[in-house]
Amino acid sequence: MGPAGEPIEAVFREERGRLLALLAARFGDLDLAEEVTAEALLAAVETWPRSGVPREPLAWLATTARRKAVDRIRRDATLATKLATLHADADPARRTEPIPEHEHIPDDRLQLMFACCHPALDLDTQTGLTLRYIAGLSTAEIAQAFLVPPATMAQRLTRGKRKIQQSRIPFRVPGPDELEGRLGLVLHVVYLIFTEGYAATGHHDLVRCDLVDEAIRLARILHRLMPGEPRVTGLLALMLLTDARRQARVDDHRIAVSLEDQDRGLWDTSMIDEGARLTTQALRHHPPNSWSVQAAIAALHDEAPSAQETDWRQVRLLYDELFALTPTPVVALNRAIAISWHEGPQAGLDHLEALADEPGLARQHHWHAARGHTLARLGRHTAAAEAYRRASELAQTPAEIAYLSSRAEEYATPG
Amino acid sequence: MLLIMGFRKGEDMLQPPSSGAPSVEEFMQYQQELGQAGVHVDSAVLHSFEDATQVQVNDAGERLVTNGPFAESREYLGGYQIIDVPDLDAALDWAARCPGAKYGRVEVRPLAEF
Repeated sequence: MGPAGEPIEAVFREERGRLLALLAARFGDLDLAEEVTAEALLAAVETWPRSGVPREPLAWLATTARRKAVDRIRRDATLATKLATLHADADPARRTEPIPEHEHIPDDRLQLMFACCHPALDLDTQTGLTLRYIAGLSTAEIAQAFLVPPATMAQRLTRGKRKIQQSRIPFRVPGPDELEGRLGLVLHVVYLIFTEGYAATGHHDLVRCDLVDEAIRLARILHRLMPGEPRVTGLLALMLLTDARRQARVDDHRIAVSLEDQDRGLWDTSMIDEGARLTTQALRHHPPNSWSVQAAIAALHDEAPSAQETDWRQVRLLYDELFALTPTPVVALNRAIAISWHEGPQAGLDHLEALADEPGLARQHHWHAARGHTLARLGRHTAAAEAYRRASELAQTPAEIAYLSSRAEEYATPG
Repeated sequence: MLLIMGFRKGEDMLQPPSSGAPSVEEFMQYQQELGQAGVHVDSAVLHSFEDATQVQVNDAGERLVTNGPFAESREYLGGYQIIDVPDLDAALDWAARCPGAKYGRVEVRPLAEF
């Protein structure tokens, strides 16, 4: 048990990514970093129960891992030659420099994150590598989360790692010229992990908690390392404000509950407070970015006592702003829903119908569900039932299918 | 290595970012910049794909010589640059400055070490 009574595994879970990033940055070799990280953790498991957990566990692990890496390079001439040809370690002096035992251990996870999310890797690989190396999930856990066979995920990670090594993707935070675009890729990966967990496509639980938690943890790491970056702050705020509603999203019968009908007493107020505070912080920067604007919309929902009492005028204005930043069909759909609350169901329906030809939307249940909802509010129950029925056919998760089917039945029943 | 790829013209073919072709002056300028930066190792410009000849050897050891590139290939290799840079990002910076990137695409591939 650790000093605060936590099991040794818990200490590792948080520090594993840091250790790996530190060693990858020093030696420029992910294979070596992975191997000596595993060895150092094993050494800790063997010695800590006897000698007690060191006062600075991370420093102990870092020193142990570095010694093991240096030993390996001494023993293995091929490895030494290989490392010598790698230019990844920009400062060779740093490699031999001892890791401070009691001082601040450098946090190189940002560098590793930019390498894992390099545009030379495809999105699936970026996501897998980020979960493996930064979040510290096992290959089996990642495979399970993304519903692919473990062998497929292992192969994807191995290929990704090989590409990082062979094409010499640097462990470095990009310079100011490129930071804008490259950070966008990192944030996209983190948000993809979040939405994958949140929507749980094809899975039986509506919210796959582990991926949602991992995404928030990754965003917290990014926020700690880039505190002044408004897009990171905005993304973290958005995820907290969305996940705050977790307990209310599904009822006791495992049926999804719409935002309008959720028991707002179940929402997590401390997450809402933190999210709202971060949103304010992110919005101080001009011009606003799409993450901050989405966080602001989520905050307006979270702070309203009911759907009716939501500041829909403000929500609509924010969607106008979001659409100007990212003119996607999904944003247009959400804007139409906001209009249906702000101006009335007929105006909302008109905006929804205008999107009928968007190829991406007609195949998604959200558009049909939104139509069903506005039609029902207009008293057009037969048409509403038909729209909900179509939505239920397109929905992916059992909880959503159950909700949409029950709505379809409700409006199909005369009277 | 930077493989400088050109797109063949025709219907249903790849669209280059800009139409036209890079001028000799643009390539000369680029070549000079690579030299001044001390990263240039080797390079060559290839003649048109219309002057290409293919050779294949079958199981019996017989040569099959045919004219031109494969008809279905949508792009062709126009030339290459071998540069010595520390990492992929540096290679990508040089690839982006290559005139070929405007009129076709530049593929960055690490040289295998034996």
